[in-house]
Amino acid sequence: MSKREIVRTQEVWKTYFMGSEEVHALRGISVSVEAGEYISIMGPSGSGKSTFFNMVGGLDKPTSGEVYIDEVDISQLGIYELAWLRCRKIGYIFQTFNLIQVMNALENVSLPMVFAGLGADESRDKAAALLARVGLGDRLTHRPIEMSGGQQQRVAIARALANDPAIILADEPTGNLDLKTGREIIDLLTEMKEERNVTIITATHDHKMLAASDRVIWFTDGQVTRIQNREDLDIRVGTIGGAEEA
Amino acid sequence: MNTMYMSVTERYREIGTLKCLGALDSFVVRLFLLESVFIGAVGSALGALGGFLLTLFQIGVTLEFGLIGAGQVMRTLAQTGPPAFAGGTALTVLAAIYPTIAAARMKPVDAMRVEV
Repeated sequence: MSKREIVRTQEVWKTYFMGSEEVHALRGISVSVEAGEYISIMGPSGSGKSTFFNMVGGLDKPTSGEVYIDEVDISQLGIYELAWLRCRKIGYIFQTFNLIQVMNALENVSLPMVFAGLGADESRDKAAALLARVGLGDRLTHRPIEMSGGQQQRVAIARALANDPAIILADEPTGNLDLKTGREIIDLLTEMKEERNVTIITATHDHKMLAASDRVIWFTDGQVTRIQNREDLDIRVGTIGGAEEA
Repeated sequence: MNTMYMSVTERYREIGTLKCLGALDSFVVRLFLLESVFIGAVGSALGALGGFLLTLFQIGVTLEFGLIGAGQVMRTLAQTGPPAFAGGTALTVLAAIYPTIAAARMKPVDAMRVEV
């Protein structure tokens, strides 16, 4: 049974112009992700992983090449369609949580549903159920400022799932969290993946993420230097077997 | 004008987040313009009140406080109040238009990259 390719990039280049100089953030990236996979994108700062991540998330367009999300070329989409894509097909999680500070947990999680046109009652009920699922059923009326980092990230995960997206894009989700909380978040993401069959794509420095990933894509200098499957990952304390090879 | 510009730039990350959740540019623009109407209205009301009181005081100083009757008060209020209020609110909204539209059009990735 062949699985659906939820994300596919074809010879994607991204070039920035710093004054008169050309900087190639991405050099011909061709990668595909199957539905239901947990992919980690790893690489040092400046390797292009964030740029690639933004492409895949419909947050930026390539200079050349195509990005297909569910077989739709996103460079052909207008602003309304892109907004629809971000609202319905993709859920976002950020290192800095990015919750709306003046809204409480319930309101934050309901917001994407409001954008999707759901009624107020329906979105509140669904938001409450999602928050209960991530373990925050008793904090529905709390504001971000009253929550710890881990709790805020849980709200963010609930929010990302609000419109039943096909893909969850997580940019350094554990970056601002301590070891224990980071592990909890990774476990929660894995549970969500299993339960709902969402594809999870993370950009990360966190090696804890490796054990949870189905595949790891390594970036260096704008190119993919290595793709490892879970079986190939040799995770010992302090080293990732073979990852240092060019 | 500076206040409105700063209000928008401080909220770049929030705008980026909203766009990630699916907000359209027009939504963001409406949101911030509405906010600027409120800010303008409150600020102008306070300003108008202050101006009105100052004018009364000035009249009292130049003529004599005892001569200020109810009629004078009402006339001063009518002369200073509405123009100050309307003018102040309109200026605030106008000042907000440019940064708001610019911010709403930003690509989410750029909006969130800004370190403020």
